[in-house]
Amino acid sequence: MATLEIKDLHAGVVTDEGSKEILKGVNLTIRSGETHAIMGPNGSGKSTLSYAIAGHPKYEVTSGEVLLDGENVLDMGVDERARAGLFLAMQYPVEVPGVSMSNFLRSAATAVRGEAPKLRHWVKEVKDEMAKLDISAEFAERSVNEGFSGGEKKRHEILQLALLRPKFAILDETDSGLDVDALRVVSEGVNEYTANNDVGVMLITHYTRILKHIHPDYVHVFAGGRIVESGGKELADDLEENGYVAYIEKADAAAV
Amino acid sequence: MTVTEENTANTASAAEAVVPATSRGERFSSYDVEAFEVPGGREENWRFTPMKRLRGLHDGSAAATGEVKVDAEAAPEVRVETVGRDDARLGEAGTPSDRVAAQAYSAFTGATLVTVPKETKASKPTVVRITGPGEGRTAFGHVQVRAERFAEAAIVLDHVGSGTYADNVEFVIGDGAQLTVVSVQDWADDAVHVSEQHLRLGRDATLKHIVVTLGGDLVRVSPTATFAGPGGDVDMLGLYFADTGQHQEHRLFVDHEAPHCKSNVLYKGALQGDGAHAVWIGDVLIRAAAEGTETFELNRNLVLTEGARADSVPNLEIETGEIEGAGHASATGRFDDEQLFYLQSRGIAEEQARRLVVRGFFHEILMRIDIPEVRERLENAIEAELQAIGA
Ligand SMILES: Nc1ncnc2c1ncn2[C@@H]1O[C@H](COP(=O)(O)OP(=O)(O)OP(=O)(O)O)[C@@H](O)[C@H]1O
Ligand SMILES: [Mg+2]
Repeated sequence: MATLEIKDLHAGVVTDEGSKEILKGVNLTIRSGETHAIMGPNGSGKSTLSYAIAGHPKYEVTSGEVLLDGENVLDMGVDERARAGLFLAMQYPVEVPGVSMSNFLRSAATAVRGEAPKLRHWVKEVKDEMAKLDISAEFAERSVNEGFSGGEKKRHEILQLALLRPKFAILDETDSGLDVDALRVVSEGVNEYTANNDVGVMLITHYTRILKHIHPDYVHVFAGGRIVESGGKELADDLEENGYVAYIEKADAAAV
Repeated sequence: MTVTEENTANTASAAEAVVPATSRGERFSSYDVEAFEVPGGREENWRFTPMKRLRGLHDGSAAATGEVKVDAEAAPEVRVETVGRDDARLGEAGTPSDRVAAQAYSAFTGATLVTVPKETKASKPTVVRITGPGEGRTAFGHVQVRAERFAEAAIVLDHVGSGTYADNVEFVIGDGAQLTVVSVQDWADDAVHVSEQHLRLGRDATLKHIVVTLGGDLVRVSPTATFAGPGGDVDMLGLYFADTGQHQEHRLFVDHEAPHCKSNVLYKGALQGDGAHAVWIGDVLIRAAAEGTETFELNRNLVLTEGARADSVPNLEIETGEIEGAGHASATGRFDDEQLFYLQSRGIAEEQARRLVVRGFFHEILMRIDIPEVRERLENAIEAELQAIGA
């Protein structure tokens, strides 16, 4: 049983002109076994939240804490956070030319598990997980994400989730760029992982369609850099019906 | 016909597409050193070179005070001999096009001649190791590799040791011959090496010319490819790793004067440390007669630390509209933060992430070096370079 606590998190993006505040006091606690959907309009700061937690160098945390079982992950390096059990499936996975997917996956698994997985088991494990996600074997020899379609990139993010087995997974718009079939395959991948592991999930999305496949325990509306409303599944239904307008107004009012 | 052009300079570099005042094809060349004026450093072909560090190779003040040692380990089918200046075969692949090359041509005493007989396939790579004259000494040299018609071979020219060295290297590739050449400049820190390499391709000949520059204080390699007949195909690959204070310059010229020939240039370099300087010039000229030409050239630089500088100047001149395709691209970038972040976010430690990125950067070139011993040695050399900065 693990806990991820985000406490009054303020963060901004570092640009040439200086720092611009985007997260304006985010509070959220996720326990293992729970799935929290974070829903919000474009530009509200959802990806910033995920990057700030993962430690992206472009984003600067100005105050607040992110505690993993009481330890502040903000004091850790990017790789340490991953080894401590955090995983971020990125909205825009990065291409790394010349580094094969298989080399990358093995390096990552070795780092996260603390020892190199036994080769024979490893090969089978990767093969099985790839098959589940409908990823053809040839991808193992291709460069990381290079020339992958949007959907192929997302499948590989979930492949990494399955192989790296984090305690907490942040899935940033994993549903975007997926067609209906791919959405089902990827959602099944996530569901299988959560069913078999004691994991907490932060599912960031703009649309409700993925929630038909992955059922959240909590839904949070994110607007203007903070959570403006929290509830259960019914909140998602309300968003589906009425959109974000009311919440954006609420965020604006709070900002004044 | 397609012409593509891309030129991005992210950082730390002056990547400028320069249109020379005169066509590259009109550059003066001569076997006679006195036919050249002493360059002052502002001339187009010297403007990036730190002239003081040439140790007088360019102005006649560097007299030969030593010799290089040449050791050959040849395939049984390949002949290696030492010949005198008067050997009629010398000079066949091209004429010196700058004063240092002409100086070397005027001053060498014996030449190393490597011959792959016609219609013969060499059973293993031939390695010619050239050891510098020693610290504080100067030498001039000459090497010619002849692949007679329909010959097939791989030749490695391995430059090691200390001292100052200028030479001309000729590759005379007969009709239909297929040659792979790797010129490795793995000099000690003090070495200065200025080399003009003349690549002369016969009809339907194929040449893969690979330049690898790792060491030395100043290394300037100028490969010029010319086509004696139609159907020639040249691949020019380069890999360099410039460290603190090192000047590594590669000046390429591909002169398409015959129709239906192909050239493909790919040079990649990494730079690290204060005063590390890499220069890459890629001149391609497609003359009026060179119909059906296909050419592409690409230079990429990866700047690993502050204080290093890469200059990259692609230049494409086209005198005929009847070509298959032509393009060039050049870019210089720093370590990609996004790539490092991505790898690290999967638990991979920063140091290892950097190594993966640099290895990945060179991967496409290493993959094309089909001599396993050489590829392995380069992989190790890159690894050693990375250890040096603790990357
Ligand atoms: N690197 C950056 N440089 C400049 N501005 C940025 C940067 N990253 C984010 N921003 C700005 O911060 C705000 C929040 O961006 P963020 O990507 O976190 O939003 P989001 O909620 O994930 O949006 P989307 O639904 O489109 O993915 C936006 O206004 C965005 O333009
Ligand atoms: Mg986003």
